[in-house]
Amino acid sequence: MSPRTNGAAQKIQIRGLHKSFGPKVVLDGLDLDVAVGESVVVIGGSGTGKSVLLKCILGLLTPDSGSIKIDGEEVVGLGSRDRDRVLRKFGMLFQNAALFDSLPVWENVAFGLIQGEGMDRTDAKKVAIEKLAAVGMTAEVGELSPAELSGGMRKRVGLARAIATAPEIIFFDEPTTGLDPIMGDVINDLIVKCVQELGATTLSITHDMASARKIAHRVAMLYDGKIIWAGPVANIDGSGNDYVDQFIHGRAEGPIQMQVRAD
Amino acid sequence: MPILQPIGRTFLIFLATAGRLSLFAANGLSHSVRPPIYMRLITRQMIDIGYYSLPVDGSTAIFTGMVLALQSYTGFARFAAESAIPNVVVVSITRELGPVLAGLMVAGRVGAAMAAEIGTMRVTEQIDALDTLATNPFKYLVAPRLIAGITTLPLLVFVADIIGVFGGYVVSIYKLGFNPSIYLKNTIDFVEVEDVASGLVKAAVFGFLITLMGCYHGYNSKGGAQGVGAATTNAVVSASILILCFNYFITEMFFAR
Ligand SMILES: Nc1ncnc2c1ncn2[C@@H]1O[C@H](COP(=O)(O)OP(=O)(O)OP(=O)(O)O)[C@@H](O)[C@H]1O
Ligand SMILES: [Mg+2]
Repeated sequence: MSPRTNGAAQKIQIRGLHKSFGPKVVLDGLDLDVAVGESVVVIGGSGTGKSVLLKCILGLLTPDSGSIKIDGEEVVGLGSRDRDRVLRKFGMLFQNAALFDSLPVWENVAFGLIQGEGMDRTDAKKVAIEKLAAVGMTAEVGELSPAELSGGMRKRVGLARAIATAPEIIFFDEPTTGLDPIMGDVINDLIVKCVQELGATTLSITHDMASARKIAHRVAMLYDGKIIWAGPVANIDGSGNDYVDQFIHGRAEGPIQMQVRAD
Repeated sequence: MPILQPIGRTFLIFLATAGRLSLFAANGLSHSVRPPIYMRLITRQMIDIGYYSLPVDGSTAIFTGMVLALQSYTGFARFAAESAIPNVVVVSITRELGPVLAGLMVAGRVGAAMAAEIGTMRVTEQIDALDTLATNPFKYLVAPRLIAGITTLPLLVFVADIIGVFGGYVVSIYKLGFNPSIYLKNTIDFVEVEDVASGLVKAAVFGFLITLMGCYHGYNSKGGAQGVGAATTNAVVSASILILCFNYFITEMFFAR
């Protein structure tokens, strides 16, 4: 089912990415490819640097070294005008939604349309309400302020905002965390639909294996600053990689040691 | 020489901060003059800074004008120079007390709120989100505030000038027994364009400093609620000190010739 064939155009190509915060090494020579129209899911323990990876690609964090190419164009160290142009290809759902709390919900969703594409406010509101409906929210919710929403509702609004401009590349940072199982599945379907209908390339982060199996063409596991395994989602149960096995079955025993002891 | 080390380090930190601040200011200003200009956001900031500061601004001004008349009276009576009160009131208010007190009050009110708002946006990743929506945070957050600060403070100070002079007038007429028309005539004859103009220039500079400090400290805040709290304090303290410092230099520029 993966559209990826050898030699297909790479939408995102990351080589040797390093990022540290002070003495703490988070990404340590990470390589990752995402083909055009492909949906890649990155899995990995909490605090392994999955969100940092997305922020490096978006240029919100500056990598210490390494190369990130979007459509073959190097984006590390890009000037502000070129960066603006590249960013227009992206939509991003932040882990904590990061809604603008000074704006009503609908304006959050319409933000990229109004500010980025200069769309008329009335038209943008119509689109925003459609997108809200796509994530299971009514037009009335559009008039609320983000502070009046529950955590799961905020996540869905963040999702609606990420897809509102129909971007070429969409990043989802834990799209189903904090949602009930049914809404989680609605969101999974929505992500699949984005890939199929918009032809978007997506890079998602999740801890939810059911979600990963549903939305991923390919799964990549991040551990210790590197991608230690990547392969088609169908192979995930027979990866032969102890780390992946431990992670997908959620076992406390295995090669990955959680630092829970005080010693 | 271990005593020199901390001095040197402090000096280097000071230079680094001054450099970062200058870059921040230059970036903010350059976005203020390049399109697109967000009129909607500027208007909102102007209302926030100007309109909602009017009560604070007015009450500060009126009591200052009143106390100025009273103090001058008790002092000048010793030299039988009471007739100079209208002159003292109008010059002190327009040149110094109007802009400085309005500046300090607005720094406390607006600078703090700005740092808190932008700081919260920073720590909740809203600034990152702006960026990914292809909207430059300097253009969207910093520039409208700088423009609003620079243009609104002079208006506030002009209002403060009038209210302050009025405060002095009220006390002089009703408490000190001045003749109203002579008081007004003395005031108007004595005050010069340069007195008012220097005050308004100061106000514009103070407006810039207040909004710059609010934006800078908010933008660079980190570490959750505590970081935002620190940013708020720093914004108010640094703006207040800068206001007093720049006040001296602008005064020197205008009057020390
Ligand atoms: N701005 C920052 N400054 C300092 N350290 C940071 C910063 N951002 C992230 N880190 C550190 O980088 C590491 C990875 O963080 P990241 O948010 O990428 O984790 P994650 O893999 O997304 O985890 P989770 O699944 O819990 O969201 C963490 O140890 C965190 O402490
Ligand atoms: Mg994360």
